[in-house]
Amino acid sequence: MQGRDITGLLALVLCIAVAPVLITNDYYLGVLIFTAFNCLACIGLCLLMGYAGQISLGHGAFVAIGAYAAGIFTVKMGWSPWNAMLAGAAIVAVVSAIVGIPTLRLKGHYLAMGTLGFASIVHILAVATVEVTGGPSGLLNIPRISIFGIVLDSDVRFFYFSWAVVVIGLYLAFNLVNSRMGRGLRALHGSEEAAASLGVNITGYKIQVFVLSAVYASIAGSLYAYYVNYIDPGPFDVMHSVLLVTMVAVGGMHKLWGAFTGAVLLTLLPELLSFATQYLEAMGIAYKPDYDILVYGGILLIIMLFLPEGVFDGLGSAVRFGKRFIQR
Amino acid sequence: MTAWAVRCVSASGSSNGDMMQAQAVVQILELDNIRKVFGGVVAVDNLSVRVDKGSVTSVIGPNGAGKTTLFNMITGFLAPTAGRIACSGKVLNRLRPHDIAAFGVARTFQNVRLFPQMSVLENVMVGRHLRSRAGMLVSAFLPPVLRTEERRVREDARQWLEFVGLAAHSKATAGSLPLGSQRMLEVARALALEPHLLLLDEPAAGLNSRETIAMGELIEKIRQQQITVVLVEHDMELVMDISDRVLVINFGRLIGDGTPEAVQEDADVIAAYLGE
Repeated sequence: MQGRDITGLLALVLCIAVAPVLITNDYYLGVLIFTAFNCLACIGLCLLMGYAGQISLGHGAFVAIGAYAAGIFTVKMGWSPWNAMLAGAAIVAVVSAIVGIPTLRLKGHYLAMGTLGFASIVHILAVATVEVTGGPSGLLNIPRISIFGIVLDSDVRFFYFSWAVVVIGLYLAFNLVNSRMGRGLRALHGSEEAAASLGVNITGYKIQVFVLSAVYASIAGSLYAYYVNYIDPGPFDVMHSVLLVTMVAVGGMHKLWGAFTGAVLLTLLPELLSFATQYLEAMGIAYKPDYDILVYGGILLIIMLFLPEGVFDGLGSAVRFGKRFIQR
Repeated sequence: MTAWAVRCVSASGSSNGDMMQAQAVVQILELDNIRKVFGGVVAVDNLSVRVDKGSVTSVIGPNGAGKTTLFNMITGFLAPTAGRIACSGKVLNRLRPHDIAAFGVARTFQNVRLFPQMSVLENVMVGRHLRSRAGMLVSAFLPPVLRTEERRVREDARQWLEFVGLAAHSKATAGSLPLGSQRMLEVARALALEPHLLLLDEPAAGLNSRETIAMGELIEKIRQQQITVVLVEHDMELVMDISDRVLVINFGRLIGDGTPEAVQEDADVIAAYLGE
């Protein structure tokens, strides 16, 4: 890990430590917990998109498998939440390898197509296999997870737990990115032929990273199940996968901090929009929640046009510009 | 380079290792009746060539003669339609590019293929990929274990940068270097693999005369490291200057083979270059 990333991680830990002190409203704390789930999934996706240069349109499905594994193994088979989460990660690892091995051997964006189809299949299965998943009415009474004998039954506790997992996830991802494998991944992103000519097993590396990123999504899904204690197929449609990709692209896919920023921004955006709605309504302008998708699309368009390296990089340039401006 | 030779011997098979080694001393690269057909076009037509270990061999010929196709077949980027390719007695057909790299065959590309967003040093560090072994899980969970390995990778990469004279630019972004330095960097990156066989695809293309001279000196230095060099090149002055042997290819066939002096006198070669 580089010094700057360690500083960033410490700053994040500090923010996490003080956040529940400043935010006493349970609703907003809940929003921040959802932010943690998205951050976790996006960190994994960033490794795949930004470093290996592959796009997955099926990460929502891996989140779903993680969530359903957590739900089914605990509710129907009485496993402990930790074992259920590990089993979910293992299942996702195997499933993602099955999807990834044939598609990643080919050149081009076959992974995107394969995962898109896979995401629809998982969503349909979640709705249709009523005996296993509970179908459209979902699974109820998923137990809470506990750590060191402390049951995470309050939002504050779960907030610390979920963000601790994000910090660990970031730490592991930073280690990986700054290792021999991270170098190999960045190399194959720069030129697959050159990387292969130097002995980098490009297909093998892509598959490994894809499986790893799917496992990140799976953990995020399991945590989601343990937080809301109820899951149904609703949140796990294909749009969720697209949203995760959008988060990573908006924040900046070539940097882990970028994906992190994107996840935070786009999870908080609906809340900001609801503020804006109240404001607009006060001014006499009717705003419907349906417009949200329009705003999302507009933001994505603007960022792709003017900040192709993402918001995080844009912020960096703005800071540099500001510094120069002040020095003058 | 002796340590490398020891590794090479231990890497080769145990039962018939001696036989293979005896062969390797003489000829490092063997091409037997290599043929490559793209649709109806015959790019390489029954080419048979043997390259001596430690030599510098140039492959010349008009554009489209099949020179780069030949390199792509040797390094596994293209599968030959027919024929046998062997390096130090080991058949390379059907092996994937990274496996061939692991066997000690390194290459550069006609259109320089660096990792443009990475630093100059990092580019060469990727070249040390096969000389380090850290995997995904250890890298993520136990980075301190790998600190020694990483330091060695960095140190070795720096030495190869010094070898080509780019050590002063190690922190620069690879894409920002001038073309001459980019070609040098690509060679350094390939050398970091510690290959027995180095294939250079038009190393002097786009270089000015001063840079071309520097490239010629570098190739001479590489030869002194006992690394066999095969290059495709259009700069005849460079070719005649550095080569032990020149192969002339036209329409996928070998039309000339010999010392630079002999090839220059060859009637077929003159006809191919100047038109009949």
